Amino acid sequence: MMTTQTNPTKKPLLEVKNLKQHFPIKGGILGRTVNHVKAVDDISFTIHEGETLSIVGESGCGKSTTGRAILRLDEPTGGTVLFEGQDLLAMSKKQMRDMRKHLQVIFQDPFASLNPRQSVSAILGEALAIQNIVPAHQRRERIIELLGYVGLRPDQIDRFPHEFSGGQRQRIGIARALAMQPKLIICDEAVSALDVSIQAQVLNLLKSLQKQFKLTYLFISHDLGVVRHISDRVMVMYLGKVVEIADKKSLFDNPQHPYTQALLSAIPVPDINKKQERIILRGDVPSPINPPQGCRFHTRCPYAIDRCKTEVPGLTSLHDTHQVACHLAQV
Amino acid sequence: MKVEIAPTNQALPPKAAAARPSKWRTFYRKLRKNKLAMVGGCIVIFYIAIALLAPFIAPYDPYEIDLVNKLKPPSAEHWMGTDDKGRDVLSRLLYGTQLSMSVGFVAVFIGAFFGIILGLLSGYYGGWVDTVISRIIDVLLAFPGILLSLAIVSALGPSLFNVMIAVGIFSIPVFARIVRGSTLTVKKLEYIDAIRSLGANDFIIIFRHIFPNILSPIIVQATMRLATAILSAAGLSFLGLGAQPPLPEWGAMLSNGRDFLFTAPHLAMFPGFAIATLVLGFNIFGDGLRDALDPRMKQ
Repeated sequence: MMTTQTNPTKKPLLEVKNLKQHFPIKGGILGRTVNHVKAVDDISFTIHEGETLSIVGESGCGKSTTGRAILRLDEPTGGTVLFEGQDLLAMSKKQMRDMRKHLQVIFQDPFASLNPRQSVSAILGEALAIQNIVPAHQRRERIIELLGYVGLRPDQIDRFPHEFSGGQRQRIGIARALAMQPKLIICDEAVSALDVSIQAQVLNLLKSLQKQFKLTYLFISHDLGVVRHISDRVMVMYLGKVVEIADKKSLFDNPQHPYTQALLSAIPVPDINKKQERIILRGDVPSPINPPQGCRFHTRCPYAIDRCKTEVPGLTSLHDTHQVACHLAQV
Repeated sequence: MKVEIAPTNQALPPKAAAARPSKWRTFYRKLRKNKLAMVGGCIVIFYIAIALLAPFIAPYDPYEIDLVNKLKPPSAEHWMGTDDKGRDVLSRLLYGTQLSMSVGFVAVFIGAFFGIILGLLSGYYGGWVDTVISRIIDVLLAFPGILLSLAIVSALGPSLFNVMIAVGIFSIPVFARIVRGSTLTVKKLEYIDAIRSLGANDFIIIFRHIFPNILSPIIVQATMRLATAILSAAGLSFLGLGAQPPLPEWGAMLSNGRDFLFTAPHLAMFPGFAIATLVLGFNIFGDGLRDALDPRMKQ
């Protein structure tokens, strides 16, 4: 029941199994670990080759932590992350460094993700040099080519990050990820810091690059409009757990989990004649230090029954491509 | 309503990359506006020039003894008078600038070199590495600087070179702490994660990406530390633990002049004045640098 969906037509690229990321809280004079923040608590999912899987959820639900744990930017507490069948978490530091060329990341803040003291050619050249992807004498040509892919001009090659706008910087970040010729790119809120008009441009760029280079995306975002635009499948997280995972159409048209329903009802509809029922959740997200027993959502769920308070719901398949973790879902 | 989305691969208009003043130009402009810092800078440059030019501008040999003309007050021949062995005070002072400057620079280099490495390691790796290094630094910091260098010099034996080492060692914790703090801030920035996800090893991350971005506080600290180092070295020489006679070190000259404070006050006055102005110069220049480079660092 806990296994994620299987799609026979597609090959899994990344399989995350029982991933846990608990951050210790130190306290007292001796700095002992007094408790843990369970940022990601036992989640499993699969990303297939060539698709875009989005993770949505509110701040602090563990979506970015999941991305960082997969890349081992923070060492996860437990679980396995299989990339093309190899367990990334079991690799030595050196093996992982070699592996990194296949998994790249695009960050949220285009102002913080580029070293302010490096020019564009230095940033991209270093990316090429670290993994020795292109021999030194061909690097400049390759950098110009990369700039072309992301819509920057060759004459901008010697400029520094502060000479670019936010959208252009994000393009440099994308070019840096592309330089590695990766198979999977994790986009951690990649467009959240950009203006709406620039967001659309960058999203379309990501889409066309996906086609061109057969990329697979793990797209982390809190913006449902963006997610709807770019995803093939969507995974909803709440307090470190996966509550629902489905293909885009099924999720947006037929959300099963009360939390997903509440999230979707918050999307504004540009039609004054259309009455939409807005589901307003009461209370705050509980602390991930001591998450509620049973279903983590039961404290805010309008439909909670006694069973929800004691029994943790597993992911159950609604149909082939739709799974939900709720006792009340009509399976 | 249909929303038009601009085609993706079209280059953005060039004006989007409007030229903002570079970081260095802003820094220079800020520094120029700070009158006091410019005065400090001029004093520092003045003394550096003297140190370099001493052999050419000194009117006499600083070691030449002329017992006939001993303890002469300032005159047209000897602008700053002569000492108890008839040596020209001005020439000795000019040559002494070389000694003080080299003590300052060598000591700060030693302190900065080891301090930076320790600070980078403890800030970047954290965990037990950080615990061990931080405790050692705490122990070093617990001693007053002059006491620590006194202990080191008495252990190594009195000489100017040992003073450099001693002052260098007691500068290590100051640099290590500043570097550790800045490293902690910089290593959390996204571009460090980005470099790591490219597969860079720790060496590249630390020395190519963290170090250049924490240079400003190091430069500021080094400037301020030069003043402290020169003062401490003069202090140790004054106590007889540093430069040995007949070296024209300022602290040693001051110590020598102390015996003639009433009969020939110029002997102590000029070296004292030189120490005070140079230390003051480095300090206010360092203050100005700090304001221009990193306004948040104001203590």
